[in-house]
Amino acid sequence: MLTFNWLAGCKPTTTKEVLTLPKEWFEMNSYIKIGENGVVSLMSPNPEFGSNVKTSMPMILADELNVDWKNVLVEQADFFPERFERQFTGGSQGIRLGWQPLRTAGATARQMLTDAAAQTWNVPASEITTENGMLIHKASDNKASYGEMASLAATLPVPEEVALKEIKEFHIIGTSRKNVEGKNIVTGKPMFSLDHTKEGMLISMIVHPPAFGMKVKSIDESSVKSMPGIRDVFVFQNLRDDYERNGFDTTSFADMVAIVGNTTWEVMNAKKALKVEWENAPEKTFDVQGWRGKETVVMPAGLESSDGHTYQMEQMSRKAAQELRKDGDPETAFKKADKVLERTYTAPYLAHNCMEPVNCFADVTADKAELYGPIQAPEFIMNALSTSLGMPKEKIKINLARMGGGFGQRAYGHHMVEAALISQKVNAPVLTIYSREDDMTYGIYRPTYTATYKAALDKDNNLIAFHVKGGGIPEHAVAANRFPAGAVDNYLAEGWSLNSNITIGAFRAPRSNFIAGAEQSFMDELAELAGKDPIDFRLELLDRAKNNPVGENNDYDAERLSGVLRLVREKSNWTETRKNIHRGVSAYFCHNTYVAEVLDLEMKDNKPVVHNVYAAVDCGIVINPDAATNMGEGGIVDGIGNALFGEMTFKDGKPEKNNFHQYQMIRQKEAPKSIEIHFVENEHDPTGLGEPLFPPTFAAVANALYKATGKRFYNQPFVHDLETTRMEM
Amino acid sequence: MASLSLNINSKNYTVDIDPQMPLLWALRDIIGLKGTKYGCGIAQCGACTVLLEDNAVRSCSLPVSAVADKKIVTIEGLSEDGDHPLQQAWIEHDVPQCGYCQAGQIMNAAGLLNKNPNPTDEEIETAMNGNICRCGTYLRIKAAIKTAAKSEKV
Repeated sequence: MLTFNWLAGCKPTTTKEVLTLPKEWFEMNSYIKIGENGVVSLMSPNPEFGSNVKTSMPMILADELNVDWKNVLVEQADFFPERFERQFTGGSQGIRLGWQPLRTAGATARQMLTDAAAQTWNVPASEITTENGMLIHKASDNKASYGEMASLAATLPVPEEVALKEIKEFHIIGTSRKNVEGKNIVTGKPMFSLDHTKEGMLISMIVHPPAFGMKVKSIDESSVKSMPGIRDVFVFQNLRDDYERNGFDTTSFADMVAIVGNTTWEVMNAKKALKVEWENAPEKTFDVQGWRGKETVVMPAGLESSDGHTYQMEQMSRKAAQELRKDGDPETAFKKADKVLERTYTAPYLAHNCMEPVNCFADVTADKAELYGPIQAPEFIMNALSTSLGMPKEKIKINLARMGGGFGQRAYGHHMVEAALISQKVNAPVLTIYSREDDMTYGIYRPTYTATYKAALDKDNNLIAFHVKGGGIPEHAVAANRFPAGAVDNYLAEGWSLNSNITIGAFRAPRSNFIAGAEQSFMDELAELAGKDPIDFRLELLDRAKNNPVGENNDYDAERLSGVLRLVREKSNWTETRKNIHRGVSAYFCHNTYVAEVLDLEMKDNKPVVHNVYAAVDCGIVINPDAATNMGEGGIVDGIGNALFGEMTFKDGKPEKNNFHQYQMIRQKEAPKSIEIHFVENEHDPTGLGEPLFPPTFAAVANALYKATGKRFYNQPFVHDLETTRMEM
Repeated sequence: MASLSLNINSKNYTVDIDPQMPLLWALRDIIGLKGTKYGCGIAQCGACTVLLEDNAVRSCSLPVSAVADKKIVTIEGLSEDGDHPLQQAWIEHDVPQCGYCQAGQIMNAAGLLNKNPNPTDEEIETAMNGNICRCGTYLRIKAAIKTAAKSEKV
């Protein structure tokens, strides 16, 4: 294992007191070790990218194990599929899918300790209780710490079935606990793979084509080979030609240049000096084994521009599309309508822009490969690593680095394959670093989307027909079975897509991150046309969906979606008016969690200033309330930033923005003055928070902007139309 | 290459170094201090912020020749044991998500409080506007700075 396990000498970060490390650890299972002095070591299985699973997952283990949180040390697990299930961070599924396995692991260890005490005291296990790391048998006045029983417990058979706690028995879950890495972060400890060093380690940077649709023609090695500190420069190919990809093998450029040297600065200088000739790349067709089954992907030749994309999308939106769902007879209903509203929404490609640029450490020798880098889905890059390196999987070890952000970008592991191949070629440990420019122009973007909504009201302002036709490059964002499907008799959802050689990938709440904003902006305008309050309008429809749903497969719980709308209405004091402050509301269900938001903004010098945001969230049981609130705040701030500013554009295949001076990010001044997150209290199993607060924010912004300026905002990023509004005023 | 003397966290380092090398890479690759981060290389994100004679500066855009013999403080040198009021406030408000930007945020805040020990909200926002947090912890950063400012007063 890479020497990143500091347990031997480190101070714990969970407590002010120093925990004395035990002389010996006894392993209960993959997750739990107990020292003879009662100190507990918990493995956090999933890679960490800021959602703080490194605290919340151990909290679940510790609660069922029934220990005192102050006696807990947390260690990051490496990728170890034989010992941990689903080491995947993404899709807001970590806690949701880890809930049962983590509770079971904690309860199992508790049972083994109980059995050890039962054996030692010769009493029935069922009479033994546990509390804060102590085993107690009242009747015989016997007491022991977990530490005393650990060595015996570790030898006992693992029970097949264990009883889990009642929710009311939780003593850690549901309480706010500090980030276990807080102290290390604020004291600048080396925590990221970019911070890694090893004896003999070299630095490498890549050079990728400046535009999509291009490839390497030739390089002039002499331009850099003799520069100070430079060891090697070569062209290499990431994936073998005959390799069958899975959904996370996305690779933007077949071949790239690697420059290897002693220090980052020297390699950066060589990157600037390197002469490369590029040429147009041919069309590429290949199969991908995705989660929807085998798909054929076509990457056309050519150099694409945003103007061309806009034009093509407008053309496509007029053509016939694939029917995704139909209820009743929308065509007739539209003909009979008293009022019809039709609106079109668009959004651009987005770059992830994690603060930590893509990088990976690799040490590949003849008989093994050790990798240490940011990766959300280590399991899914193993095939590519094995094939490209020509090494069996058992010889490849992935150590899970803390990620400086993920947002979906780090689910793709091309950088691991690159780092490994570079290390293999130069026969040395190498840290491969992307510059910010490399990272921002590499691709795997959030796709560009559009959607046209059409709705019909009868003379009593009832919604009688609803039609959504959405498209995008290279996929559409339509979720046909979501609200308002189920709430309207005549419903049609259609989708279309266009091929492109610009690579895309998961971006915080894929597809939802566009369609929620479009749909909830349209709902707002429709409510106004119907002469109804926007929250009342939604609640009426949800009542219909609950009491008398149309069709089956309605992919939401109308009661829970109503619940968050009612809660946000209450907490935001929805009907309150304040001078110059304008309110927008939005509600969405995605990634298993229900969210409703009210956003208050004011226009100052024709710029929106967000004052308050209120969010009502139904994610079932909340593990770590303050950390959950932090996640909610993050999703909202991200939503405001991308709604207002986020945009990647292209000219002749070249991304037009390559650093933060061109790609506008939300900053301290544009963040809301206050955010309140209110969790619905219920006992549903926990669902995630990483993504669900992001999508509804876009419409909350748009709807508030409408109240503030009298104009509707249909095209993201809103900064462009705001500028037009400013110039008109 | 030139021989330069760098004063970092009260220690003197004599290094043989390209005088054009940005301080950021001298800190990370030559001295071995990894707390100061690379985010953009063009002084647009603030992740590389250090204190130069008590002022917050972007180390990615300062060549070592410009900072030789001057007092430099990095996140590792902000306090002996992580107990600077800012660091304590950061823990109290449980600020970080991914944590990558936070060293730069803290050092920039330290520069602010060195110049303005009792900043208004607006002054905090303006001073901190050069530090991007992709995870969106801005509200907690601001709250932590206010807490630290109050505690330093006491």
